[in-house]
Amino acid sequence: MKSMLLAGFFSLCASMVLAETRTYDLTISQVQSTIGGKPVPKIAVNGTIPGPVLRFTEGDEAVIHVTNRLKTPTSVHWHGLLLPGVMDGAPGFNGFKGIAPGETFTYRFPIRQSGTYWYHSHSLGQEADGLYAGIVIAPKTPDPIQADRDYVVLLSDYHQDSAARIQANLKASSDYYQYKRRTVGDLLKDAHEKGLGKALKSAGEWGKMRMLPTDLSDVTGYRFLVNGLTNAQNWTGLFRPGERVRLRFINASAMTMYDVRIPGLKMTVVAADGRPVEPVEVDEFRFGNAETYDVIVTPREDRAYTIAAESLDREGFALGTLALREGMTGDILTHRPRAVLRMGDMNMDIMMRDDPNMDMSQMDHDSGWADSGAPKGAVVLDYAQLKSLTPQSDTRAPTRFIKVVLGGNMERYIWTINGKTFSPENGIELGYNERVRLIYVNETMMAHPLHLHGMFVQLENGQDADRLPDKHTVIVPPGQTVSVLLSATEPGDWPYHCHLMFHMQSGMMTTLRVAAPEAGFVPPAAQPAPDYTSHGEGHHAHH
Amino acid sequence: MHIIKKVVCFLLLPSAAVAQHDHSATYHAVWLETAYSRHDGQDTAHWDADGWVGGDTHKLWLKSEGEVRDGDSEGEVWALYSRNVSIFWDAQVGVRHDFGAGDRTWLAVGANGLAPYFFETEAHLLLGEDGTVGARLRQENDLLLTNRLILSPSLEINAVSQADPQHGTGSGLTDATAALQLRYEVNRRFAPYVQLDHQRKLGDTAKRARSAGKEDEENRVSIGVRWLF
Repeated sequence: MKSMLLAGFFSLCASMVLAETRTYDLTISQVQSTIGGKPVPKIAVNGTIPGPVLRFTEGDEAVIHVTNRLKTPTSVHWHGLLLPGVMDGAPGFNGFKGIAPGETFTYRFPIRQSGTYWYHSHSLGQEADGLYAGIVIAPKTPDPIQADRDYVVLLSDYHQDSAARIQANLKASSDYYQYKRRTVGDLLKDAHEKGLGKALKSAGEWGKMRMLPTDLSDVTGYRFLVNGLTNAQNWTGLFRPGERVRLRFINASAMTMYDVRIPGLKMTVVAADGRPVEPVEVDEFRFGNAETYDVIVTPREDRAYTIAAESLDREGFALGTLALREGMTGDILTHRPRAVLRMGDMNMDIMMRDDPNMDMSQMDHDSGWADSGAPKGAVVLDYAQLKSLTPQSDTRAPTRFIKVVLGGNMERYIWTINGKTFSPENGIELGYNERVRLIYVNETMMAHPLHLHGMFVQLENGQDADRLPDKHTVIVPPGQTVSVLLSATEPGDWPYHCHLMFHMQSGMMTTLRVAAPEAGFVPPAAQPAPDYTSHGEGHHAHH
Repeated sequence: MHIIKKVVCFLLLPSAAVAQHDHSATYHAVWLETAYSRHDGQDTAHWDADGWVGGDTHKLWLKSEGEVRDGDSEGEVWALYSRNVSIFWDAQVGVRHDFGAGDRTWLAVGANGLAPYFFETEAHLLLGEDGTVGARLRQENDLLLTNRLILSPSLEINAVSQADPQHGTGSGLTDATAALQLRYEVNRRFAPYVQLDHQRKLGDTAKRARSAGKEDEENRVSIGVRWLF
């Protein structure tokens, strides 16, 4: 009788809890890293940079015990995961207070999705100092993406200076790390090529606005790593000719965007930010901070292939190899020319505000930023090509239009959203399940990868409404406007910020608040669509 | 520096301590130029310090310049509250104290920022204890010969409303200094330089100098090091 009861009890449990509990223990500690030669203090997870890849299956109950062995508070944010706000891991949001030194915090949440994601600290500069790693979630149903081999390729940028030092240096002098500014020699060269008048006029226009056409990256001096390995250590993924190899690219860099290519191989992009997309074959893709792309490659030859992620400022490569065995190296690449920003990278509205008499018709509308220097005929992934593999469940028309203006002051190294640096009292308020269009207006000369916690946005990239791709991080190119749709289905206070570490730390962050279903939030009356397509958008949709 | 930061943090930014993100943290930058020149057979040491501590909006701005010649020092020291008022500009209010040849304290009000074409600009109105009004305008620009070899021309003009016979200054424009600094930035924190200065007394002040049998202009070559702390 007793055993029957017990058996009944267990079978009941089994039917109630189909989900498996997957437990991880993560210990955050300071380590002396010698990656750059000279030992410097960095932050590791379970002793390594990056930390261990966490693997789950959709439907699992994730239980992650995070122990803080640092002298300062820490936190871990699960980038791209749908979860309750308090488990999101951003201190100061949703009642999460961070993890005090010596304490263990247990994150517990159901895994509601599949794909490639990552985790990192959300406390000051700890992410840049090493607290990051990948997350791989297998789908509950058979994976639409079939592959013989499956590798995480996590890119990161490693600096000898601590994040706190870099931030202080940028605040003291925003050009602290910039040694590629235009010189008198460049002006003379321009004068020789274009004529003195034109060269002076161009230099004058930039000077008048107090902007630098060479402002591609704020921080230099990085060493680029693939899965924590230097180029000399050469991370290698093995294959047998003809196999389908899935590469899960994660850009965990603090400040670096890349152009990624594998000379000799076509890459088929099958997922973006963890979400499956209709396969699209490309030669290379531009890779924003905090984005992820899954690609399939099918190497057929008996050789090694170089995986090359070239930093946008052309200061270096993150290199790895696909090879038949360890120790092989592929093609050696040379750097492409460094892009120079052009008038087409400036926000037109700002230019008009500065100089209402400016003659736009004579202006150079091409973007310098978008020019990746890819050889003629090479296919470079365009956001417009991303198409959700499965239909969107919410295709309602938006009832509100909300501008999210990305601004800043390079001179003082202050970065803003809607004119303000981060403050807990500011933010964007949404009702539960409200459907809104967020219009990202970049008024600066830099690209900003804008990340929303807790929810995906649907990128309005010209695809049909039910096939817009989901993104958790969207690159907003210099001077451009990008719009996304959001269904506010996750109540909570969600951090909403530029994923360039020092832009976020310098203020480019706000809160997107989604009211609880029972809150009875009354959204402001629907506004007419702001006129944001009249200029700026569209010039650079295609590389 | 750390103590000053703490004090400023306490005075200006009471909320900084609880902030989760660094946007309201305090930072600092101090540029110090120390130089040596030989003039009329005399060794002269010069300094020019320009620095601030504070946050994005509020800063305590301190600066000082002067020289030591034959054991006597002469110069000025400023202490200003500096508030960011627009993208490129700070409004400033504080005091300037002159020491050496003539001790004197001024109330200073002005602006510090970046004018179009990258002209670093300092413009201040000064109010002396005796009601004298003074003014100073200073502009500086960087010409990059290379990314590390930088030619930096600057111009400074001074004016006062009332003559001061004791110090040999007349009313109106008193003097101007044009300087050309060529520095090599080994890094941002250490840059040796050579500098040419041409100082000229102007108007009534020049007249007074000449009638007192003094030169009304001075040229100087100095070598020095620019530090960033």
